[in-house]
Amino acid sequence: MVVGASAAGLAAAETLRRAGHDGPLTLVGDEPHAPYDRPPLSKQILSGTWPAGRLPLRRDEDLDALDLDLRWGTAATGLDLADRAVRLADGSWVPYDGLIVATGVRPRRLPGEGAHVLRTLDDALALRDVLTPGTRLVVVGAGFLGAEAAAVARGLGVHVTLLEPSPVPLAHAVGTEVGGMLSRVHLEHGVELRTSVTVTEVVEDGVRLADGEVVEADEILVAVGSLPNTGWLADSGLALGDGVVCDEYCEAAPGVYAAGDVARWYNPLFGTSMRIEHRTNAAEQGMAAARNLLAPPEARTPFAPVPYFWSDQYGLRIQAHGCLRGHDEVAVVDGDMAERRFVAAYRRGGRLTGALAVGMPPGVVRAWRKAVADGTAWHEAVRDEAAAPDGPIGIGDHHGRETARARQ
Amino acid sequence: MTTTRVELDEPKCVASGQCALAAPDVFDQRDEDGVAVLLEEYPGEELLHDARQAEAVCPAAAIRLVER
Repeated sequence: MVVGASAAGLAAAETLRRAGHDGPLTLVGDEPHAPYDRPPLSKQILSGTWPAGRLPLRRDEDLDALDLDLRWGTAATGLDLADRAVRLADGSWVPYDGLIVATGVRPRRLPGEGAHVLRTLDDALALRDVLTPGTRLVVVGAGFLGAEAAAVARGLGVHVTLLEPSPVPLAHAVGTEVGGMLSRVHLEHGVELRTSVTVTEVVEDGVRLADGEVVEADEILVAVGSLPNTGWLADSGLALGDGVVCDEYCEAAPGVYAAGDVARWYNPLFGTSMRIEHRTNAAEQGMAAARNLLAPPEARTPFAPVPYFWSDQYGLRIQAHGCLRGHDEVAVVDGDMAERRFVAAYRRGGRLTGALAVGMPPGVVRAWRKAVADGTAWHEAVRDEAAAPDGPIGIGDHHGRETARARQ
Repeated sequence: MTTTRVELDEPKCVASGQCALAAPDVFDQRDEDGVAVLLEEYPGEELLHDARQAEAVCPAAAIRLVER
């Protein structure tokens, strides 16, 4: 049984079938749609470039071929580990032999009514409908989601104010230099960016800041992060702590695995537990969890991926491999940040843990990804670049780490 | 005997390169923008596992394997 019918749950269900499970397979999802892709919601769907019909992750005939017991529009509300059964919103219990939890995350909200969030297709369509030229939009939170939405809104002629609590947007995620560069891009495109401001609530004519000021808006998008959907597991006995806590096999309890945005698992490649809200991880972890669920104990494989994400803003494509959060240092190791063509490398401890690229050839990006995957020592990774004519530019960035801690 | 055909929806591609990592004999990337290039439309038996992995990990859902 798979609970959660987005990218991770679908990948898990497909892998279970491919790996030979030919018994009953139930796929439960709380949204009234067949599995669809989320990254385009803040990009092509919001801009109106794509119709919603481009979003389904599989065609009907491919879903049919999986021979699933599909329960769209049905939330899971409880789990009984001892009896091995999941309770659904209609009160019924569905028994299972093996379970994969892939219930994802939901947006954090602010007190007050009337603000948009952006997580589901219905959210995106509702926001798209109000992004008309001249509308005053306030975006609360300049993370990747808020920044992408701001970029799309500017392209539609919307007046955008972007409010961010930290001094430099995204500094905790990608460092102050890259965050600062992305801020400049927003300013160049006419976004009114206000940093170091805390929004306390949504009010009738806008949002209220901590100092009492009201920033007026016609429409408000709150993009201040997500919370794992673990409420239905609260009394189950599963270990919960910012997600479903799993071991390196993605196992949360005997016969119970977790995958995707909701799973906090131990990644042996980086020697730390992590929970990742990236599209690629959802699919990879869904597959890994499904394989391990079916495998005999000695044949299970630790899930040790190099995380990957991308973001599109004003025609810039940002790509990142590895773990950037919690870094001790950032260095531009190729290209030129001023030209917005560069690779930035991230150090944690003595090791290269991540690389972020903008506008670089794929071969260069893949070489840095491989260096991250190989656990290359920082001095080796950066020393090799030091031999190049343009050399590395060191950027001290202890601030990023402090911000990341403060937010946890 | 079934053959498997790889379909690449190029306009959907986000140039992540995950396909070229998963199945380097089936996919490559264009140098100028990183968009995926299909090297083997009909991958042989020995490449099918990799090709399926690429289909599954593509973050844009731009790859589809069709058996016929």
